[in-house]
Amino acid sequence: MFDLTEDQLAIVHMVAGFAAENIAPHAIEWDQNHHFPVDVLAQAGELGMGGIYVREESGGSGMSRLDAALIFEELAKADPTIAAYISIHNMVAWMIDKFGNDEQRTTWLPGLCSMETLASYALTEPGVGSDAAALSTRAVLDGDHYVLNGTKQFISGAGSSGVYVVMARTADTGSAGISAFIVPDGTQGLSFGALERKMGWNAQPTRQVVFENMRIPAANRLGEEGSGFGIAMKGLNGGRVNIGACSLGGGQAALDKSVAYLKERSAFGAPLIGQQALLFQIADMQTELEAARTMVWRAADALERSTKDTVRLCAMAKLVATDAGFNAANTALQLHGGYGYLSEYGIEKIVRDLRVHQILEGSNEIMRLIIGRIAVDG
Amino acid sequence: MKIVVLIKQVPDTAEERRLDPGTGRVDRQANDPVIDEITERALELALSVKDKDKSTEVAVLAMGPEETSKAIRKALSMGADSGIHILDPALAGADITLTAAALAAALKGAQADLIIAGNESTDGRAGIVPAMVAEHLGLPLLGALASAAIGAGTVSGERLNDAGTQRVSAPLPAMLTVTESFEEARFPNFKGIMGAKRKPVTTLSASGLGIATEPLSTVIDLEQRPPRTAGRKIIDEGDAAAQLVDFLVTQRLI
Repeated sequence: MFDLTEDQLAIVHMVAGFAAENIAPHAIEWDQNHHFPVDVLAQAGELGMGGIYVREESGGSGMSRLDAALIFEELAKADPTIAAYISIHNMVAWMIDKFGNDEQRTTWLPGLCSMETLASYALTEPGVGSDAAALSTRAVLDGDHYVLNGTKQFISGAGSSGVYVVMARTADTGSAGISAFIVPDGTQGLSFGALERKMGWNAQPTRQVVFENMRIPAANRLGEEGSGFGIAMKGLNGGRVNIGACSLGGGQAALDKSVAYLKERSAFGAPLIGQQALLFQIADMQTELEAARTMVWRAADALERSTKDTVRLCAMAKLVATDAGFNAANTALQLHGGYGYLSEYGIEKIVRDLRVHQILEGSNEIMRLIIGRIAVDG
Repeated sequence: MKIVVLIKQVPDTAEERRLDPGTGRVDRQANDPVIDEITERALELALSVKDKDKSTEVAVLAMGPEETSKAIRKALSMGADSGIHILDPALAGADITLTAAALAAALKGAQADLIIAGNESTDGRAGIVPAMVAEHLGLPLLGALASAAIGAGTVSGERLNDAGTQRVSAPLPAMLTVTESFEEARFPNFKGIMGAKRKPVTTLSASGLGIATEPLSTVIDLEQRPPRTAGRKIIDEGDAAAQLVDFLVTQRLI
């Protein structure tokens, strides 16, 4: 269970090589210039990273959730921001494969799997975050079209994506009144807010997505009317494992840099690694990351097999991995002293990037709410 | 068209490589085994032909111990269709003549229109095996090319040397070797990785190939490379430029 297969080792090796060559050398520059590298994403798509767990018959790579977690961790070692965007893209591609009909799969998945078309996921609204069932974007059926009005907030890839999966209200029945829609870029009535200025995740654009009397064919509804909230939550289970894996990669990279730095940097006449207090911090970082990795793999396996404890395991994996990743990065910054605070060393970027992982895909408070309720109510 | 690419598994050049003082052979435990980069470029050339014409069949041929199967698997994941593995403990420590004889024997049955190899490996660096293989097979050799054009019935290319550029061509079947001017190898995609183990790999022994296993050469002695010593310093007393030019000329650097 805890040994990777030969195929998985080959996959990790390939992704590590791709990320080291095409992502890592540019990560700091992309962060500083707020550059979204769509050309590199297309290269990742050619290798199969656009539809990692989309079925092969739909044009995807047909791999497991554990394979995906391994891939996102490797990508995140080079750049958590790019890894996280690719994970969101994969979540959307999977939603269309899983909940779409044949026509929708044929229309959208080839471009998404090759990453020639990028995808965004639009659930959160300016006034609705954790309480997603209260969303207010409205979709009204008018003949064979739906007319959408509303605003989505914090949308990764917005303005660059070709496809948006949008959650909107089709009935005033709480979570049961939400439906999912596939909205292509260029639809009349679709517009975007200004580029958000953020603490981290600068190599991917974040904008509001605005719908003003936007008409889309009823055939663009994903799944049945009223099934949107279920689709959103199922998507997020996977999203949580994936973002956890991204945190592991970022945290591991920060740890690896710290070990190298402590070996090389001398103070008081000896390398810093000889200071037991610092060695213990390395031990704690490594242990927390490894514990979280075990949890992420277990949650990925539960998700793959749709076991009945999937929801709580995914929430736990997200909670421990995003905390472990951020803590490792923040400790790494301290271990690097003043150099950790300089952009050039790449540590402060990892801290800024991983901080948001504790907030999105369901904040870590919401993870505790999910885990706590299941613990109490069963 | 059928192309056979000779690939070699070598110790990773990223770390210090060593010879086993007891056997005089490469210490295979000391480094990660990888496909020699130059033979990866040879494979990339073959795969680029296949990209343009899907009917092209690309096979890889390697000789080496059990773990060489990993190099073959990697080549299959990158897009080669099949593999041939010359695997025989009796061939451990084979010298270049024996290696060339074994490779040629395996190629006789492979019916290749074109054989592509690297001009020299990063471990042995003899750079002679492809020429010996071509000799065994009676094929024209276009060695150490900087570029190549592979047509339906002919292959041509350019070779750079001290005097200039040579344009060479030969009718198929033929053999060519690539240099580092050729494209770097592609990454295998996920489908390639997952599908590699379903592709056929033929294993051949020395007796199956009908070849002897006695090397014609023996290693008499080996020494560790001496540690690097400081270079020569030229102090300028008015004739530094002349000394520098002399140095470069005697080292044949200009």
